[in-house]
Amino acid sequence: MTDSNTETLNVSVWRGDASGGQFRDYQVPVQENQTVLDVVTWIQQKIDDTLSYRFACRVGMCGSCAMTVNGEPRWTCRTHVNRVTQSSSLEIGPLRNLPVIKDLTTDMDPFFDKWTKAGGTHRASRSRNDGMVPVDPASKERMIASEGIECINCAVCYAACDTVAANPQYLGPASLQRAWTLVNDEKHDDRSAVLRAVAAEGGCYNCHSHGSCTRYCPVELNPMKAVAGLKRTTVAKLWGK
Amino acid sequence: MIRPHRSHPLWIAFILHRISGVVLALFLPIHFYVLSLALTDPTALDGFLRFSDLFVVKILETVLVLLLAVHLFGGLRLMAMELLPWTNWQKSLAASSIALGSAVACLFFLKVV
Repeated sequence: MTDSNTETLNVSVWRGDASGGQFRDYQVPVQENQTVLDVVTWIQQKIDDTLSYRFACRVGMCGSCAMTVNGEPRWTCRTHVNRVTQSSSLEIGPLRNLPVIKDLTTDMDPFFDKWTKAGGTHRASRSRNDGMVPVDPASKERMIASEGIECINCAVCYAACDTVAANPQYLGPASLQRAWTLVNDEKHDDRSAVLRAVAAEGGCYNCHSHGSCTRYCPVELNPMKAVAGLKRTTVAKLWGK
Repeated sequence: MIRPHRSHPLWIAFILHRISGVVLALFLPIHFYVLSLALTDPTALDGFLRFSDLFVVKILETVLVLLLAVHLFGGLRLMAMELLPWTNWQKSLAASSIALGSAVACLFFLKVV
């Protein structure tokens, strides 16, 4: 990138911490092929080095750079500015539904705690001495599980979810999708325990099927489908099927 | 104002389902009260029935039927989504449920006016 371009972008960045804050305006030179993460990095490197934000891979794999861009949750490293700007202005804030640590950095603990609460920890059905469980990649169960395993845990779906906003106990789309992959994973030891976890208070029945999780998932997964699968399976269990 | 992250068809289908549900919940006690007038106060019921012949009331009735039908078809869509095998055309199903509800309301309006 070069800084020779005189055209500027009006960027409002949320500055503050857990006790509160406000948007602060910055002028950033427009660049070709500029991502939202590039904009934040430019501000931090050229204007205000106290700006806090989180990123790692910059190629859409680690899921650490998600922020709220013009009111919508997005992975900033793969979001091009020219696709989201409105009249050369950009508003960047921390992810919704998570406690703010400072500026654009949120505390991800509640997100991962719910991942665990939904039974998301893998429990192997065999020890290392028992050999591998044969899994047919073309089997129906494996194909269902495979649909959800590429989640990068960016929490974009969690931030987009109005049910999480209204009910902090709700496990949220990402953890329920993880649970759905385990329910369909032949290598998981106690799949009934996962179903019990997601059918408990704050579980899959809280979902109102807004579809925002699926609408915003940056890797185009379908958590709404996973939650519907959990509802269907737990109801079938209730009837002994 | 609808916030940016809510500007998509399934969220709009959700809010229509929620609003229609709340309006129907408010309507039902009134509906049962009016029905009870047949037993408790027939004269008042006759007065209400004459009032319900007004054109503006017919319009309001049509809106009520629209909400009822949208809630009915939207509810069927949600039950199908949660209890039947998944289909990838959820947005089309949501649009269809609203279209069906609107068609029912139109038929009702043509019949009563």
